[in-house]
This record gives sequence, structure tokens and C-alpha cells, in this order.
Amino acid sequence: MATHAIHLDHVSCAYEASVVLRDVSLRIPPGQFVGMIGPSGAGKTTLLRSMLGLVPRVDGEVTVRGRAVAPGRPPSGVGYVPQVETVDWGFPVTVENVVLMGKVGRMGPWPWPSRADRREVAETLQRLGIGQLGGRHIRELSGGPQQRTFLARALIGRPRLLFLDEPTASVDVKTRDDILHLLVQLNRDDGVTVVMTTHELNTVAAHLPWVVCVNAGIVAQGPPTSIFTAPILSRTFGTEMRVVRDLETGNLLVAEAGTHGPFSSRQPSAASHQLSATG
Amino acid sequence: MAHFTEPFHYEFFRHGLLVATLVGALCGMIGVSIILRRMSYIGHGLSHSVFGGAVVSYLIHWNFYLGAGLWGFLSALLINATAKRRNIGGDAAIGIVTTASFALGVALISKSRTFTRNFEAALFGNILGVTREDILVIAAVTAVVALAMFFGYKQLLFATFDPELARVYGVPTHWVDTGFALALAATVVASMNVVGVTLIAAAIVIPPTTARLLTKSFGRLLILSTAIGAACGFFGMFLSYEYDVASGAAIVLLSAALFAAVYAITSAKRLLLSHRQVALSEPLRSPAPPITGLAPATAGSDDHLFD
Repeated sequence: MATHAIHLDHVSCAYEASVVLRDVSLRIPPGQFVGMIGPSGAGKTTLLRSMLGLVPRVDGEVTVRGRAVAPGRPPSGVGYVPQVETVDWGFPVTVENVVLMGKVGRMGPWPWPSRADRREVAETLQRLGIGQLGGRHIRELSGGPQQRTFLARALIGRPRLLFLDEPTASVDVKTRDDILHLLVQLNRDDGVTVVMTTHELNTVAAHLPWVVCVNAGIVAQGPPTSIFTAPILSRTFGTEMRVVRDLETGNLLVAEAGTHGPFSSRQPSAASHQLSATG
Repeated sequence: MAHFTEPFHYEFFRHGLLVATLVGALCGMIGVSIILRRMSYIGHGLSHSVFGGAVVSYLIHWNFYLGAGLWGFLSALLINATAKRRNIGGDAAIGIVTTASFALGVALISKSRTFTRNFEAALFGNILGVTREDILVIAAVTAVVALAMFFGYKQLLFATFDPELARVYGVPTHWVDTGFALALAATVVASMNVVGVTLIAAAIVIPPTTARLLTKSFGRLLILSTAIGAACGFFGMFLSYEYDVASGAAIVLLSAALFAAVYAITSAKRLLLSHRQVALSEPLRSPAPPITGLAPATAGSDDHLFD
């Protein structure tokens, strides 16, 4: 068994002449739950996609589950939920069609799914709380069910590794929490290694055990308690950031605008009286 | 009834009818992936490209189908490869490769004026001059493409929907693309003598676009598009005979008329449905009750933020 679920050794990635990631080395043990944070354009998605062999590499080695990943040759036994922005919503597919794509390599030779395939789809959709939507066209769904559909596609193949690119973007708070709970459950109960990118710093701080800060390379990594400090986050995001602790829950919270934002002349609101500065 | 059966007395019509139906079905079938990949222009471009190949194969004494087919296949691969460059779109790649190939054909024709072959037929279609070889080739291409679509349905669906993700889930997208390019080139070459270079694009694009107005399922879209293409080929031939117009033009005009009719009907249906829903609908939910204990909003400095 491989020591690391994912191992990146001095990886640099570029799109044509533009280098996006430089000299990244990262080791993710099996069963870890990793959140990758950083500003837009920092290379989070590229880093995630490099683990899947989907971006050109100019240097370094990527190993997933003990096997070298060459560009253009994704590793097997993984689930991937890309950003929803890449989806063609007008494409004539139902929720069931989309979920079945996740097990395309394990279906029979016929164009139609078997009874067992349909049952598996129904169970997966049920587990994600969208059991009644199998026959609906993907465009007819709202943001939450759409994201759950793509998650179902990733899960139906029973992956040992799950890669998610901003899975909680464009969904409401309830759906975001449901998705995160499900991911935590998969990670804790089934031992699935989860790697996700996110812009939701407070969600990451509150829930994830390991955080990787990305900005054209890896700025820092570790548990949120050591990563969520003003100096590290400010260096990652290239702007002044404050980290405070919610006295009621004990959770770390990132105050992104701080006192330097466009509305900095305003007085702090009553709601922030419960927070105390940290880091 | 006798009027309807009269053209069947002529062998050229029977052959033409069979070929037009097969070509209609073939173009309709392959057209689904074409329109979903947003490459509608490729049918038009590739048919021009194949024209260049047809001239070259004539000059070097190759079989027309073999030479033009190989040329079309290589053109499709070249288009795919060129379009992969980030700053070159698929439409530009099609434009460059196919017009260059067509121009080569024209240049060779103008250089060597000893042609006996009727290239006008390749440009505008000549369904009445269909030979047994043509019928065999078209039947074989239709059967092979249909079988490939049947057994590669899941892979084709995924690779068309999201090629990158399909690769992650083990779909050999490179082979799917190559196979598709081969099928498309074969379709264009097989259809060339029937509907002609200039009308192939319409035969490839109109049936799936019409079918798309009628279904939300990829599987049903494939079946409907194939059926519409076959029906337009079949009845278009009758129109061609009845009104003495070019077969390719008759088939395409019938397809376009069918599209217009389906578009009008589905638009009217949608309009009716939305009016009915508005009439029947009640307020979705009552507004959330106001939270007591908070000071009512008053006009303060925030209200004039953009003054």
C-alpha cells in the first residue's frame, strides 16, 4: 500500500508560456481531508488538476495511490467534481444520465443501463437527498441539486480519492452544510481521501483538518489553527487579513476586509462585538 | 395511389430513394454529436475539404471513396489538433483547414483541364446517377456508423458532454474523437454524390436541431434525429420527382420546412404553457414575518451611498 494517497514532487505547471505553479511539493496521506485556499488565479484549480493529469507539467512528478500520473493519463479509482461553470446546461441529459457517467467503465456493452445500474443511481441520489429528481433535465434544477448531481456522479464509482473544485460555490448555506457533512462522513466513515478547493475561508477554518495555502506555489500548509493567522493569510491572499475567534463557538473567523477595505471608515457593527482578535 | 407508386417503376428512382433515405438517416445520426459539440460548420467545411481530396484521388488514379475518405479523415484530425491550441477556436480551425483543402482542389482543376469526371455532381449532388457501388458504400457506412454509435453510446455521450471529465472516468476520449472523425469523414464522402458538397451541412445540422426541440434526452435525440433525417430523405425524393428540382435541394428544403413547423408549434406550446402556469399559480409562500425588536430602517447615510 502506498504511503501517500497523493505525492507531488517539485511540480511546475504551465499553460503554454505562462507558468501557473512553480516547484510544488505536497504529500497527502490516505484518509486526509484537505482544503486548498488562495486568491483567484493563484493556481488552486491547476494544482487539483495536476493531481488528475489534466494540465501540462513542465517539471516534477505526480504520484496518486502509488502510481505515477502522466499528463493526459488520469489516475484510476478517483472521483472528480469540476467547477459548475464548465457545465453545458443546455445539453440533453437527465440527472440519471449524468450520474451514470460516473460508472461508465463498469457498465455492460449495451447503451442502456441495467436494473442494477439504475438501482445504484437511485440509491446514490437518495443518499444525496435528490432521489426524486432522477428524470429531470439538469437545467431544470436549482444550484443545490445541480451540485448534488455532480457529487453523485463522483460518488457512484465508489472512489478512494475525491477531488472537488469549489463544490460549495453558488449554493445556499443549508446546501453547503449538507455537502460538507456528506464529505466529512465519507472521509470519516469510508476513509475516502478528500481534496477540495474553496474560497470559503470560514467554512474551511471550521471544518477541515488540513489546509494548503496556494499562490503560484504552496505558501503554507497545516491544520487551521496554525494556518489561520493574519501573517500567513495576508501573504497568501496578498492583502491585509484579520483572523478572529468567535467567543461563542470557538471557531476561527477570517475578516477579509479588516479595517482597510472600501468601507473601512464605517464603525464596526454590533454583531462584531462578540469577536476577539487572534493570530 | 397510382401517382404515388409511379416513380417506383424506374430503377434510378428506387436507387435514389434508398440512398437518400440512408444518407438522411446517416447525416441525422452523426449530426447529433456535431451540434452538441457546437461544430455545425464542420459538415460544411469537411465537405469542401473532401472535394480537394476527390480531385487529388482522381489525379493519382485512386478510388474516389478511398482517396476522398482518407483526405476527409486527415482533415478532421488536423482540425481537432489545430483547435486544441488555446488561442485558436474550433471554427477558425475548420475555416483554415477546409478552405485550404478546397482551394487545393480548385487549383488542381484549373491547372489540369483534362477532367472527364463530373465534379458538378459532387458539388450539387446527383442522386439519379447513383451506382450499385454507391449504394453498397452508403449502406456499409450507415451500418458501421450505427453499430459504432450503438456500442459506443455511453462513451460518446460522456465525451460529448464533458471530454475532460470523461477522460478522468476512463473514457478513451482520444479514440472516441478519432473514431468520430473517421465516421464523419465517411459520412461526408458517402453523402457527397447524393446531396452534394454544398448541402451536406444542412443534412447534418437540420435534423438534430429539429429533434432537439422535441426532446431533452440524448438517446431519444439520436433516434429522432435519425428518423427525421431518413424521413426527409425519403419524402424529399418524392418532392424532387414531383416538382422536378434537384434532389439535394428538395431534401434540405423539406428539412428546413419541418424545422420551421416544429419551431412554431413548440414555441406556441411553450407560450400557452407559461400562460396557463401563471393563471393557475398562487403566491408561492407568504413573506417571512418581520423580526420584532429591531429598529425600523430609516433613511440614513447608507441610503445615499451612490449619490
